[in-house]
Amino acid sequence: MSAELLQFIFSGLTAGAIYALVGLGFSIIYNASQVINFAQGEFVMIGGMATVSLLAAGLPMPVAIALAVVATVAVGIALEKLAIEPARGASIVTLIIITIGASIFLRGLAQVVWDRNFHSMPPFTGDTPINIGGASVVPQSLWVLGCTVAIVAALWAFFNRTRFGKAILATSYNSDIARLMGINVRFVLLFSFALAALLGAIAGVLITPIILTNYQVGVLLGLKGFSAAIVGGLGNPMGAIAGGFVVGIAESITAGYVSSDYKDAVAFVIILLVLFFRPQGLFGRRGAERV
Amino acid sequence: MSVATAASANGKTPVLEVSGLCTHYGRIQALFGIDLQVAQGELVALVGANGAGKTTLLRTISGLQPASAGTIRFLGEDLASVAAERRVRKGIVQVPEGRQVFGPMSVEDNLRLGAYTRSPGEVEDGLQRMYAMFPVLKERRRLAAGTLSGGQQQMLAIARALMARPRLLLLDEPSMGLAPLLIEEVFETVRMLREELITIFLVEQNAHKALSVADRGYVIETGRIVLGDSGPALLGNAQVQAAYLGV
Ligand SMILES: Nc1ncnc2c1ncn2[C@@H]1O[C@H](COP(=O)(O)OP(=O)(O)OP(=O)(O)O)[C@@H](O)[C@H]1O
Ligand SMILES: [Mg+2]
Repeated sequence: MSAELLQFIFSGLTAGAIYALVGLGFSIIYNASQVINFAQGEFVMIGGMATVSLLAAGLPMPVAIALAVVATVAVGIALEKLAIEPARGASIVTLIIITIGASIFLRGLAQVVWDRNFHSMPPFTGDTPINIGGASVVPQSLWVLGCTVAIVAALWAFFNRTRFGKAILATSYNSDIARLMGINVRFVLLFSFALAALLGAIAGVLITPIILTNYQVGVLLGLKGFSAAIVGGLGNPMGAIAGGFVVGIAESITAGYVSSDYKDAVAFVIILLVLFFRPQGLFGRRGAERV
Repeated sequence: MSVATAASANGKTPVLEVSGLCTHYGRIQALFGIDLQVAQGELVALVGANGAGKTTLLRTISGLQPASAGTIRFLGEDLASVAAERRVRKGIVQVPEGRQVFGPMSVEDNLRLGAYTRSPGEVEDGLQRMYAMFPVLKERRRLAAGTLSGGQQQMLAIARALMARPRLLLLDEPSMGLAPLLIEEVFETVRMLREELITIFLVEQNAHKALSVADRGYVIETGRIVLGDSGPALLGNAQVQAAYLGV
């Protein structure tokens, strides 16, 4: 394999890991409620922006990151409590429109709380690139990949090994029947928003040292995460992860061999291709099993 | 005055008391003032045709469907403000129509979810009891529930409900879509549960089978209880025979 291709693959994997985390957030909320949460990208933005501002306030990096993640989770919980829960019983489309409204609101709020400028954040552990097979990889990329692998493993264990994780899965298969088991599906929905916000925040913290961030960085990251979820089959968490890497690598190869002008279009082209030729996603949709 | 009171179980503790219950789907009314009782240890059957409101009644009792009027009392307590998932903790456990097992999950996971409200010790104990009662579920415990045959899925749905240690078991058409031999098996299971003194409210289109095992029965027509009597009496009732037993 040429060093050049390897280089593109590494940058594709790094971006893909982020899209995977965002896509997982979409899938988790979709499974709990069939709602597509278009504020998912804003969780990524808040995670990154909050870390940047807490670092600027002089907090050590681990503390800043922890507080930023907690704050983002609080935003996720507030979104469910204040915007989704009161509209319980409304149609799914209404709920989706509410999330779009929430995303616009959160971007507006971010402009007020922070500003409209681009901000950067130092990498976790230096920026001396490492040479892997002729490709040069920044340490932050390894953080992104390592953390994503760890999160995916933790989520897998949570959903397949714990009582509450299985209750969430059961709710996604059939929420009425889950209630007949004594599962509190309203709490499952609240938890899903918190978990999706957690994943978004972590994605934001991981990627901010590589890209610049500002109040609207979540728009594009959210849409790419959404395309990851669509590629993987909406509501199929493992599919969303694979979908994230498909989108990330397709994007970086296009940017490398064609033109970086087309980079951001790749995700949209992929969404259209998948919806046209294989609407259930490459890996099958969870919702298809629902009765 | 009402047919239901005439058939009420004299002197026994009522586990379930439904009175004046109405349920709507939007503006369409499905239940019109349902009155019925189920006493401790009783097996009560509710029979009625397609679309009569049997499932609606069970879903209202278990709390999945809101009642628009009337009361449901369980062991004397009014359930109006008790959410469905909390009714399970109180002991009202429903086996849904069409089995509705969690198809992609293993048989054992389905059983464990049935005992979601129980302590870890009760879960393990329940598994042992269910595997003893339904050996085929033990054999297939690692398989996805969706791969079981219809009859096995019905056994799993019943076992899953028993895992919750019901004080009142609601069974919605357990014989639906099963071959005659399997129907026999399902009713054998119902009889066995009855011998263990589990209080059961059984809903069926198969009136003959249901009334044969039941202590008492009710007949529902377009959302109203039209008859209530002992199982044998209903089996002998000319009206019931003409409408439901094809005699
Ligand atoms: N979700 C719903 N929305 C609107 N109407 C409904 C809904 N579910 C049931 N109904 C109506 O309520 C009435 C009672 O239906 P229900 O399912 O309770 O009947 P059933 O006795 O269980 O019938 P079956 O023997 O076919 O299961 C029917 O007229 C049905 O069309
Ligand atoms: Mg029914």
